[in-house]
Amino acid sequence: MSTVATPSAVGSVPPEGSGKHILAAPRPRYGEKVVLGLLWLCAAISVVTTVGIIVVLFTEAVALFGIPGVSIVEFFTDTAWRPFTDPGSDNFRIGVLPLLNSTLLVTAIALAIAIPLGLATAIYLSEYARPRVRRTVKPFLELLAGVPTVVLGYFALTFMTPLLRSLFGIERVPIFNAMSAGIVVGILVVPTIASISEDSMSAVPRALREGAYGLGSARRHVALKIVFPAALSGIVASIILAFGRAVGETLIVSLAAGNLPPAELPATNPFQQVQTMTAYITQAVGGESARGSVTFQSIFAVGALLFVLTFLVNLIALRIVRRFREEY
Amino acid sequence: MDQRITSEPLTTAPSTAQPIRIDAGSSATPSTSAASGPVWSQDSAGSGSDRPGASKGVVFGANDVSVHYGSAPALVNVTLDIREREITAFIGPSGCGKSTFLRCFNRTNDLIPGAKVSGRIDYHAQNLYAKDVDAVEVRRRIGMVFQKPNPFPKSIYDNLTFGPKVNRMKVDFDEVVETSLRRAALWDEVKGKLKQNAYSLSGGQQQRLCIARALTVDPEVILMDEPCSALDPIATAHIEDLMRELEHDYTIVIVTHNMQQAARVSDRTAFFTAEIESEDDDRRFGRLVEIGDTSKIFSNPTDKRTEDYISGRFG
Amino acid sequence: MVSTSTPTRERVDQSFRAPVGDTIRERFTQFVLLIATCVALVVLVTLLVDIVRDGASGLSLNFLTQYTSRIAANSGIRAGLTGTLSLMFLVALLTFPLGVGAALYLEEFAPRNLWTRLLETNINNLAGVPSIVYGLLGLSVFVYVLGFGRSLITGALTLTLLVLPVVIVASREAFRAVPREIRDGGLALGATPLQVAVRQTLPAAVPSILTGMILSLSRAIGETAPILVAGAVFSRRADNAPWHLSESYTAIPIQIFDFVKRPQEEFQIGVASAAIIVLMALLLVMNSAAIIIRNRYARNR
Repeated sequence: MSTVATPSAVGSVPPEGSGKHILAAPRPRYGEKVVLGLLWLCAAISVVTTVGIIVVLFTEAVALFGIPGVSIVEFFTDTAWRPFTDPGSDNFRIGVLPLLNSTLLVTAIALAIAIPLGLATAIYLSEYARPRVRRTVKPFLELLAGVPTVVLGYFALTFMTPLLRSLFGIERVPIFNAMSAGIVVGILVVPTIASISEDSMSAVPRALREGAYGLGSARRHVALKIVFPAALSGIVASIILAFGRAVGETLIVSLAAGNLPPAELPATNPFQQVQTMTAYITQAVGGESARGSVTFQSIFAVGALLFVLTFLVNLIALRIVRRFREEY
Repeated sequence: MDQRITSEPLTTAPSTAQPIRIDAGSSATPSTSAASGPVWSQDSAGSGSDRPGASKGVVFGANDVSVHYGSAPALVNVTLDIREREITAFIGPSGCGKSTFLRCFNRTNDLIPGAKVSGRIDYHAQNLYAKDVDAVEVRRRIGMVFQKPNPFPKSIYDNLTFGPKVNRMKVDFDEVVETSLRRAALWDEVKGKLKQNAYSLSGGQQQRLCIARALTVDPEVILMDEPCSALDPIATAHIEDLMRELEHDYTIVIVTHNMQQAARVSDRTAFFTAEIESEDDDRRFGRLVEIGDTSKIFSNPTDKRTEDYISGRFG
Repeated sequence: MVSTSTPTRERVDQSFRAPVGDTIRERFTQFVLLIATCVALVVLVTLLVDIVRDGASGLSLNFLTQYTSRIAANSGIRAGLTGTLSLMFLVALLTFPLGVGAALYLEEFAPRNLWTRLLETNINNLAGVPSIVYGLLGLSVFVYVLGFGRSLITGALTLTLLVLPVVIVASREAFRAVPREIRDGGLALGATPLQVAVRQTLPAAVPSILTGMILSLSRAIGETAPILVAGAVFSRRADNAPWHLSESYTAIPIQIFDFVKRPQEEFQIGVASAAIIVLMALLLVMNSAAIIIRNRYARNR
């Protein structure tokens, strides 16, 4: 053991008063600075992406309103969407309201399905289910959330629509309708509502629950009157996020809801063909229209509206989620 | 093995010296030392206190050091010296800032957001917190061993070559591995399985590996933050033997909860206490009560609080 | 389901028993919640059964090796399959360094200031932007501004931007799971923070980063809207390959979309569902790989 040489560091201490500090860096580390700069750039790409999205959507959208015959006021107020003709013609109308109406109709149907199902699932998993059941059910919900939307679109068109037609009558339910798409979009966002709500319910302190049980409350009263209100902000956030997902959903509505903007506003009949904002975008890009044309620029104008809608919604939801995380 | 000789006070510290040591017997002599433990001398309780230890080289000089986390003080107004090739132990109740103070010596507090060190710490009479000091170089020269053994999740060999590699030391890696393992008294146990994952070792072996790892980069000082708190008594005895072996070549500062350990291994002991900031607030901050030769601290402390702590009246 | 009385119980228990009506209501609530939970799962199972029933007969080796044709029986998804695999390869190649680099910066080096908080908020917000919007970004920037045209590289870059926020979030979690002590040990040896991050933290986090990467990739290859907008073509009678960067491309989801939109029922049902089975099988393989990596990693620790 004692054959080992003495380490050299002890002897290497320079005399006092020599110019360089004895603990100064032995060599400059320029390479490190470069690598750190590169890592910073990687992180900055996300900001570039956001700025890119905003700049692209708005410059391309503004170009639409530079085309003679297209007015920004009409875009937001006119009640018909017929952008495929020449802007000079009488038939040309470019009001986005029918698309917005269609999107909101499908989203309303989706949330009418997803809110009760999602919240019931969340309450069952957090308050009733045994741990083993919970561990089995949650992966299945994740699986559902991972099914490609084009597959769900196929399902809506070839399974849900025939089912609705046989239930409500072929003459009442057209092949393309808001109901079928809305139901399937609703199923798609059930996992969003269920998992975020369940997280916020599970985060409710045990003491609160035990206090209520101690007073002799039944399980359902504890779930509905204690846990539910305490987790409300998380639940609201989950619904807002689900709203954002439903508004931005593209494939299900393109395949099952149709490509006909409703002629009469407000359109509230779920069994009618509609055209959502996203469906319009997929329809219009299919023509590969040239940059500078009304069709091409209108895609971006609709996209900008969609982005603003979902961005605001997400911002609100994230703020709520952050606040509820701080509470406990 | 380590020889314990009670001798006249040292005036110089030649690097090739025999393991000469002024050993301090203690009134709190432990009965738990393992078979391989030290040979205790009981007769030096008085002589230790007046030896002119200050003539030994001073590695660290701390002057009026305080540490704050944000606005809360963790440690206030500490002044003490750490001497070359001695083992200095920091003891005291939890919350007394002894670990915080230890971390000042290799500037690990720099890594904690909001931590602020004030006062002055000198390393060989040069300011440790001067502008042109490189914290990375500091940590190379002043090694550290942690509470929980923390080997890298890699092979034993890779654990020991990491330090020389990142410091671009022009050395033969095989030699470094063997030398450091021998110094850490681990070579015989692991020489056949250097390619095995370090996690396959026992807790005590892992901690000795971490000590070996600290030695690979030629530090002058080794800071040990409760190095035995996660180990069983036999592994603890191994580490203590090792510390006394390393003392001949390295300056060691150890933080420990275990008073017997301080008494067993250290030359000098610093006792810290935790004070409560105000009546309505349970936040505590640390303060140095006294520092002196271990024999004196354990047999004849100057301060009543030290006596109370050592005799187990609080803490 | 709602049986309430257990007559064998002893009399003493009676006084602690809930009133009969209350028990019924409690059981009823639980039953309703259970049914609601099952709805989504039942739909999932129905969907899978429906697709297999529709598409199994259309599956054959020829289906994978032939290009699309006007005749349903002769149709295959060779172009889409090679396109999807090429996209996967390119997206992985681009996403890994960028996502891991960004995560490494944010988790290990970023100072706690306004800029970092802005970055984090921004990444969370990007994850909520509809995928079709990324398609619009790709259409304008990659197709026109940078002049890549409606080519494979445009599709790969668009999908990269789409999954990058997800990969960054997953990689950050992987770094956060590496014990603090490993970093302390490295720093105490005089390694710089970057050396510790690259040589200790990163290798320790790689298995869970890979898991996150594969899951994000499986999301990317199932996406239709962004590449539909950014110029993927419906059919192509040539193979795609990762090195054919400037050629036009298609992918399985795009082909499914095309098949479903065709008027003939053989395409709309038979060929489309066969293609769906291939896509779902691919996703299943990727997800299984991710689970295997995660489990092996968990065992090693």
